[in-house]
Amino acid sequence: MKPTDTSNPDYFHRVVDCQWACPAHTDVPEYIRLIAQGRLTDAYMVNRESNVFPGILGRVCDRPCEPACRRGRVEDKPVAICRLKRVAADLKRDFKDRLPIIPAAKNGKRVACIGAGPASLTVANDLMPLGYEVTVFEALRSPGGLMRANIPAFRLPAEVLDNEIGVIVGMGVDLRLGHRVDSLAGMLAEGWDAIFVGSGAPHGKDLKLPGRDECAANIHIGIDWLGSVAFEHIDKIGERVLIIGVGNTAMDCCRSSLRLGATEVKVMARKPRDFFKASEWELEDAEEENVEIIVNHSPTEFVMEGGRLAGMRFEMMEYELDDAGGIVSQRVTGERVIPCDDVVLAIGQENAFPWIERDLGVEFDKWDVPVVDSATFQSTRPEVFFGGDSAFGPKNIIWAVEHGHQAAVSIHKHCHGQSVEERLPVTMNLSSRKMGIHEWSYKNDYNPAERRLMPHVSLAERFKKLNVEVELGFTAEQADAEVQRCLNCDIQTVFTDHLCIECDACIDICPTDCLTIIRNAPEDELRQRLKAPADNPDQQLFVSGPLKHTSRVMVKDENLCVHCGLCAERCPTAAWDMQKTHFDFPYATDEDEACRSRKLRSA
Amino acid sequence: MSYMRKPKIVHPGLKKNALGLTRRDYEGAMSTLCAGCGHDSITAGIIQACFELSVEPHRVAKVSGIGCSSKTPAYFLSASHGFNAVHGRMPAVATGANAANPDLYYIGVSGDGDSLSIGLGQFCHAMRRNLDMLYIIENNGVYGLTKGQFSASADVGTKAKKGETNEQPPIDPVLTALALGSTFVARSFSGDKEQLVPLIKAGLKHKGFALIDVLSPCVTFNDHEDSTKSYAFTRQHYHPALEADFVQPADEIMADYDAGAAIEIDLHDGSRIMLRKTAPDYDAQNRGLAFAYIKDKLRLGEYLTGLLFVDEDGRDMHAVNQTVSQPLNSLDWDAVCPGSSAMPGILSRYS
Repeated sequence: MKPTDTSNPDYFHRVVDCQWACPAHTDVPEYIRLIAQGRLTDAYMVNRESNVFPGILGRVCDRPCEPACRRGRVEDKPVAICRLKRVAADLKRDFKDRLPIIPAAKNGKRVACIGAGPASLTVANDLMPLGYEVTVFEALRSPGGLMRANIPAFRLPAEVLDNEIGVIVGMGVDLRLGHRVDSLAGMLAEGWDAIFVGSGAPHGKDLKLPGRDECAANIHIGIDWLGSVAFEHIDKIGERVLIIGVGNTAMDCCRSSLRLGATEVKVMARKPRDFFKASEWELEDAEEENVEIIVNHSPTEFVMEGGRLAGMRFEMMEYELDDAGGIVSQRVTGERVIPCDDVVLAIGQENAFPWIERDLGVEFDKWDVPVVDSATFQSTRPEVFFGGDSAFGPKNIIWAVEHGHQAAVSIHKHCHGQSVEERLPVTMNLSSRKMGIHEWSYKNDYNPAERRLMPHVSLAERFKKLNVEVELGFTAEQADAEVQRCLNCDIQTVFTDHLCIECDACIDICPTDCLTIIRNAPEDELRQRLKAPADNPDQQLFVSGPLKHTSRVMVKDENLCVHCGLCAERCPTAAWDMQKTHFDFPYATDEDEACRSRKLRSA
Repeated sequence: MSYMRKPKIVHPGLKKNALGLTRRDYEGAMSTLCAGCGHDSITAGIIQACFELSVEPHRVAKVSGIGCSSKTPAYFLSASHGFNAVHGRMPAVATGANAANPDLYYIGVSGDGDSLSIGLGQFCHAMRRNLDMLYIIENNGVYGLTKGQFSASADVGTKAKKGETNEQPPIDPVLTALALGSTFVARSFSGDKEQLVPLIKAGLKHKGFALIDVLSPCVTFNDHEDSTKSYAFTRQHYHPALEADFVQPADEIMADYDAGAAIEIDLHDGSRIMLRKTAPDYDAQNRGLAFAYIKDKLRLGEYLTGLLFVDEDGRDMHAVNQTVSQPLNSLDWDAVCPGSSAMPGILSRYS
């Protein structure tokens, strides 16, 4: 293998699994350390820089960071990253003085954002400090998009939304509520310098089966129904409810039903549990509330009796799986009717743009989805940008935030006549954590504590009102224990090959057998010959240059390194050092000369 | 030394041996030696060898004297027996322990000071008695614990860290052992575990006194440019004469040996050592030729390494003295102490 080029920020970035997995590249280890030090407002601000909505995401993020967390490979359970984010958000102090200054003199550029969801709000958040006049159009009577309409208040309280959205609106955003945009041509005619489409994927899929039209009064489209619940147009449902689908929307639907008077809620799945789309923790939360999840039932008919919905007919399925868990074949083993009063369909959603005229130069592909550049978020009409679910279909909040950041960069460049393709690179800083002999400026003691469990409001209490937040948040003791589980993956093991005397000290001491000094070979061969086989191909191998005594190379399998620093501690020549990485991800403000020099001065 | 603890966490795919133990189960306390000390590598080699042999930790007695090397038994096999003796007196303690219980593996760890200076007499007599033990000398040429004075193994012409040159000829433990009739003589290097670990395994299984002289650089006092026991110098001047593979009784011989190039040596318990020559005119079973060859190479400044001499037919201390083969602690009290009525019978042997 060629020596690893660690000057490429991607190498060390990938080592920080959580940050690499986060679409917005939240600096997780850094904010967890700040929480550990009691610097909760600082932790909140580290979060806010990348993900903008720490309080919201600390409750309802899809958490791609957690399955990626190295702790989950070394032990069983990852660090409760999302819960810790909420700790910082709930307990932060006033941070108004740390927000960017909004220039009184505007730069003369006007930007329209369509939809007040996380993507548009992020665009506004990034552009307001640059002097833009940003107008956000929202059809509903309050901002937040799906965060408001589709996520029930018992998971995400309105105050949390109001606070974090309020910070952005408070920057001077012109927020037009109850204003549905029904023509892009009309918007273009108004002469905006840029238009950002962040209108989400508001179209819930229907299930056209026999009886659908006859029973329409008791059949609800999941996301529309959740919206009606959120805005109090609906305040009750039948006693027996069937939810069709097992995504996260289905979980919100079943739990909302329980709070509107349903007593017997069943979630109906066509396939076995391994195929569920819902996050594991959302399934657990629903099951804790005694929702029954029934697998291998494929719906065939809405059954009507006496002029109203009486039940639903299902075929019972059987699947044959291969070793990889994929379905090889399926067969129907019988059928049954499950009686019910209401059915909620939660089988997916898609973006829909009936309001975009097709002759404006905004191209749509064969699936009728707008053609959007995946790096710049620009459409085929230069001043029109897309982001969030409207760009590439339903994803989640944290992706929408990242789309917003990138679109803001593009909008800024577009408005200043620069190429949107030419973007600043991600940069990296490394700084040693060595303070003296045996002194490191990070806590490197491996703490064997197990993952803390989120305390919940009692079942009796939580059903009394629709908006009782179920999750109570970590106690101080829980937060204190959980922060110690973080392995500090951003404190990197940095190797300088010409210093190594091949004494084997690091290899002997490494608790997880990450290191080997070996004759160089192709990657496949090296992976088999290391001290412990490197059998996780998703994780990188570090390979040094030839060592001076024997021309062998130092190889590190990054997979299970717990960043304890013992290699550096036991190295007599400081060939190993523990150095903290800090990555700079360019935002719109970094593209602006005036903002950049302000930032450099304050750093 | 380090103040950090080594995390208990292990690689989830860590192999287990026949006893269901991992290599980590053979570790001891955290080393307090200097970072980069060769001794720590030897410790890791002992851990690896005991793990691979599936040695039950409670069947091992670790013995040592005084010095950096003699601290190391604390850093491996924390579930074993141990005795940290007076300076240079480890062989006497080992002899006593072995006399009382021949059923344990005895691992003696000593240094060039402990074995070649203050304890030279003890060292010689343990070999002369062919005491059944593994005796490792962690040889760095200096007294590290007292800040780097030359030891009795320092080579002529080597320089101390502060510049003075050693003028006295060294005592070479390998030549000494050959001269005194040791039945297993090996030399290795702390930086070459591929060689060291099979030697430790073979030494543990050898019936009789097994000496391994391990060149083990002192990273603090003897790793500078003019030293002849530095990592750099050792790497340039050590020459494997023979590569020894250790094969346990149950194992098949997996390696591919050229016909005639491998010598198979059967050990007492059914395991085997496969010796592969890299020096064609070397004979590891001829004491006199081996002695001459090693001495010639030493004169040229070359350290010959590997299993340099082995004689599986030697009689160990118990065989020579016709002592009871069982551990004393497994005998009935009456057998150990037959009482005054047996006295006349014993005395009559001397009449």
